[in-house]
Amino acid sequence: MDFYVLGQQLVNGLVLGATYGLVAVGYTMVYGIIGMINFAHGEIYMLSAYLTAIGVSVLSYWGFGSPWALIALTLLFAMAITSLYGVVIERLAYRPLRGSNRLAPLISAIGVSLILQNYVQLSQGARNQGVPTLIDGALRFGDQEHFFQITYMQVVIIVVAFISMLGLNLIVRYTTLGRACRAVQQDREMAQILGIHADRIIAAVFAMGAAMAAVAGVLITLNYGSFDFFVGFITGIKAFTAAVLGGIGSLPGAMLGGVLLGLAESLFSGFVNSDYKDVFAFGLLVAILIFRPSGLLGKPIVEKV
Amino acid sequence: MQSWLGRLALSLVLASAPYLQAAGKEIVIGVAGPHTGANAPFGLQLWKGAELAAQQINEAGGVDGRKLRLVKADDACVPAQAKSVANKLVNTDAVNAVIGHFCSSSTIPAASVYRESDVLMITPASTNPRVTEDENYKTKDCSALTDAKKKESCELGNYSPIMRMCGRDDQQGVEAAEFIATKLKAKRIAVIHDKDTYGQGLADAMRAHLKTIGLEPVLYEGLTRGEKDFNALVTKIKATKADAVYFGGLHSEAGPLLKQMREQGLKSAFISGDGIVSNDFVSAAGGEQFVSGVYMTFGADPRKFPEGKKVVETFRKTGYEPEGYTLYSYAAVQAIVAAIKGSGDDRDGHKLSKWLVENGVNTVMGQAKWNPKGDLLKSGYVMYVWDQKGKYAEVGQL
Repeated sequence: MDFYVLGQQLVNGLVLGATYGLVAVGYTMVYGIIGMINFAHGEIYMLSAYLTAIGVSVLSYWGFGSPWALIALTLLFAMAITSLYGVVIERLAYRPLRGSNRLAPLISAIGVSLILQNYVQLSQGARNQGVPTLIDGALRFGDQEHFFQITYMQVVIIVVAFISMLGLNLIVRYTTLGRACRAVQQDREMAQILGIHADRIIAAVFAMGAAMAAVAGVLITLNYGSFDFFVGFITGIKAFTAAVLGGIGSLPGAMLGGVLLGLAESLFSGFVNSDYKDVFAFGLLVAILIFRPSGLLGKPIVEKV
Repeated sequence: MQSWLGRLALSLVLASAPYLQAAGKEIVIGVAGPHTGANAPFGLQLWKGAELAAQQINEAGGVDGRKLRLVKADDACVPAQAKSVANKLVNTDAVNAVIGHFCSSSTIPAASVYRESDVLMITPASTNPRVTEDENYKTKDCSALTDAKKKESCELGNYSPIMRMCGRDDQQGVEAAEFIATKLKAKRIAVIHDKDTYGQGLADAMRAHLKTIGLEPVLYEGLTRGEKDFNALVTKIKATKADAVYFGGLHSEAGPLLKQMREQGLKSAFISGDGIVSNDFVSAAGGEQFVSGVYMTFGADPRKFPEGKKVVETFRKTGYEPEGYTLYSYAAVQAIVAAIKGSGDDRDGHKLSKWLVENGVNTVMGQAKWNPKGDLLKSGYVMYVWDQKGKYAEVGQL
């Protein structure tokens, strides 16, 4: 087997996995705190792709030359707007349903997802949109003829994915907000009796989840260069799969699941057949769930008696 | 009892209302295609073309005084939805004819609905051979029938109500294969498709013709529609040392595939079909620098026919560039209107089809003539090449 081809496929898988992981941490965090699968997460990701295009064009119009500053400011801008979306969606579509049937918020989430998709299509048009390549170049390993490479943008994606996973983990573990989150997760009523404003905490969780979707949306959009109002769908499904694979509710699990899924897809399509890569990836998911029903790093649910 | 009868009568009246309406003044034409979803830009092309044609015909007095009315039907390129909107067009909207659909995978199931209800459907864009080659509706042999009436209706039945304004993939694949083999002189060819009826059909046609000229693709694989990351596939193509990559599919996947090929330093020629004929291909690929030098087969550019010049100018005045299938859709409206005027029938797909086959129509795209199966007699595919400005022009005319 050609060493460089293998190296390139590993890089491909790692990058793809990091993009899944970036989106998956948002899913897993919301699930971890309030036990609900926020299917609108993929659409927040899609919204942030549009915000990226807006941010990049406005900032470069103002004359920001440095691509790094441009990316950082676009990130902040997209995170701010999407957190707002996150909070508003939670307030309008999920909070009124809290305490009702478990399926109700799930359906509501699917509804929000459809509304966002169609709202963006109507307001922005159905066309493919593009953003210019901000950062060119790649790290190459090997000689002129045989090499494998990782572009700088891909390096950024992997680094940011791990930093955000670690950062969120630290927030949940060590800050007051994190402690309150965990308290709400364990027993919402008891937490409220002890003076924790559960509604506010849940709103904060949604804001953070949406901000994570923005981080993913900005970086992935800048990497692939094109997007439309439909990109949230497949990315959302794949990220959700990654979160389940790693153990939904676990932040390191989301990243692990993402990287595993990415590597499985890349290696299978690279060395076997790309027609059946999804069959293989989801087959892997089934196999893992048979032996570890709560995912790789998920904690088994113990029925309280 | 009386009220029961009354209700029955009322419901009968209500149920027949659409048919009464159809017999009235308006001529209703369904415009079916992906008006939402990832392929909505193509739905827009169909709609814009039909819209302007209907508007201009109405301004000129309509069809013998009857106005055209368009009904938008959205199949989102989802086969199941295509069938249900086809039923809606036929039963609820009581259309006189249909323009559409776009994705071959949608057109084929929808066409069976139109066939069963004898409604004329002209697709401006679906190039898969199976659109007009339906196994359940083979040409019948009518020569043995002695009864004149039976013979006539049998012969009429052989004029298919399913027609197209575009070519077929078996023609398109051949054109591209010849170009790759003789003009590009490529020996190692990777054939990629999107696992959809249109894309894979095109890739199959390409592979079949390559075989007849003694070439075997070095790679034949499918990617998944809707995804953006094809790096693993690109690395695989690179490892085969392909000197030409043929892609059967649409621009939303062709763009990222092309961009990732160039990013990984793969400089092979990129050739595709009429699924990328939209300016969106440029943004999907991430910029003009990536699409430069890409080859694509498409019908002779309708924007250049003398008949079409005025129409093109009208489109440009409204700020819309009539790209891709816009004028095909315009021409389809012209064909429907001509058939209704000429045959004196406004609903029977077989009669309309017979008139079209026998007479042909002068459209914005030149004269169109069909065979009874519904395929165009002449549908020359031409090779185009994209330039650094993100525009396409016929090869050899840059």
